[in-house]
Amino acid sequence: MIQSYGWSSLPFLLNGAMWTAALSVMTFIGGGVFGLIFALLRVLGPKPVKYAVVVYIELVQATPLLIVLFLAYYGLSFMGFYFSPLVAAAISLTLYATAFLADIWRGCIEAIPKQQWEAADALAMTGTQKLRWVILPQAFRIALGPTVGFMVQIVKNTSVTALISFVELTRAGQLLNNMTFQPFEVFLTVAAMYFIVCYPLSWYSEYLKGGPRARRATR
Amino acid sequence: MAYEMHFGPVLARAPEFVNGATNTILLSGQGIAIGLTLGLAVAILRVDGPKPIRPLVATYVEVFRNTPLLVQVFLIFFGLPYIGLRLSANAAAVIAISFNLGAYSAEIFRAGLLAIPRAQIEAGLALGMSRVQVIRHVVIVPALRVIFPALTGQLTLTLLGSSIVSAISAQELTLAASKVESLTFRSLETFLVAAVLYISLTFLFRFVYWLISLWLFRRTPAEAVRLPEPKFVEPRRAEA
Repeated sequence: MIQSYGWSSLPFLLNGAMWTAALSVMTFIGGGVFGLIFALLRVLGPKPVKYAVVVYIELVQATPLLIVLFLAYYGLSFMGFYFSPLVAAAISLTLYATAFLADIWRGCIEAIPKQQWEAADALAMTGTQKLRWVILPQAFRIALGPTVGFMVQIVKNTSVTALISFVELTRAGQLLNNMTFQPFEVFLTVAAMYFIVCYPLSWYSEYLKGGPRARRATR
Repeated sequence: MAYEMHFGPVLARAPEFVNGATNTILLSGQGIAIGLTLGLAVAILRVDGPKPIRPLVATYVEVFRNTPLLVQVFLIFFGLPYIGLRLSANAAAVIAISFNLGAYSAEIFRAGLLAIPRAQIEAGLALGMSRVQVIRHVVIVPALRVIFPALTGQLTLTLLGSSIVSAISAQELTLAASKVESLTFRSLETFLVAAVLYISLTFLFRFVYWLISLWLFRRTPAEAVRLPEPKFVEPRRAEA
């Protein structure tokens, strides 16, 4: 039965959008926790650990998210682990976000001048005290802009999970298109919904970075 | 739990993987060529274009940067035929990838153009260089040098992002892998092979960018470009 696209279709899309939001939040929390651990290991860990982290980051950043997703969903199910689309999506997006956030935050930690470490040493701070009171607060400031920017990437990348039939916003759009045969209207609405979430984040990220806006003002 | 890996049946389909990888190279190559041209044009229009065009161009950039590539692909492949423009899967894929990269690279090119101080252009003109010489030696090559890491990073994302167009059955590596998977039922092995191929492609592309940079900047030493000072973010004072 063909139904026509209209306001009545909106709750279905909003339901999908809710799952996009939920998956994004899960990814950001998972990727944030592991990303921070990996970033610290990359900067402070013993040599073999550092190299292991570098290899992990390089490999994940050179593999398409879609392939990671297929490996987690189709690949592991043949090994006897069955993951629901939601779990497979959360796992692969977390793996992916971990690699990128670890790389971003490593740069931010390394951007703190060496003198700050030395000054903290001179004050007889312990390792954790140095991180807690001197290094991380300053790195956090620098990291804020790029991190918000990466949140946009996370929200957009959740759309890929539509291809393992996880019903988030893009998949909801596909299903609705199958029911209504009005792809132009449907996907335009879907795109608009992503835009409403992503644009303010992008804007805020640029604002935090003091990006083109500040540069234009000084020119 | 015992699972034995059998790469045999998967590797027997090596020609399909090679074919898929070749198609991915072609697809992203076309996307990169068109996308970078579009991005450069857009960046110039946004910095130096006529006033009424600037907001239009900015809108294009923001719309494509803030919506997922997959939705853009669906809109172009499924949506456009309904307003009378029917495209093959491959054409739709190239267009989507190009427009996506166009928006991202425009922002990068713009940052490069803004990084060249106006005084440097005037200095070039004062030395009697022609306008074309100034644009080439004072603006484009040094600007490229500043943005090269960001640009190649974006191109890597474009290469990897091209896997998404398998959703509309455009011919490329991920689609080839999916076909092999449905024939052999060896999912883990198939997608591991695909992952290895993508990783190799990424490093191959990076090697090519490195060669290009050697040639492009052979006469531009690093000191020739003064990077903009990194902006130090003042810590917010606690409210008293």
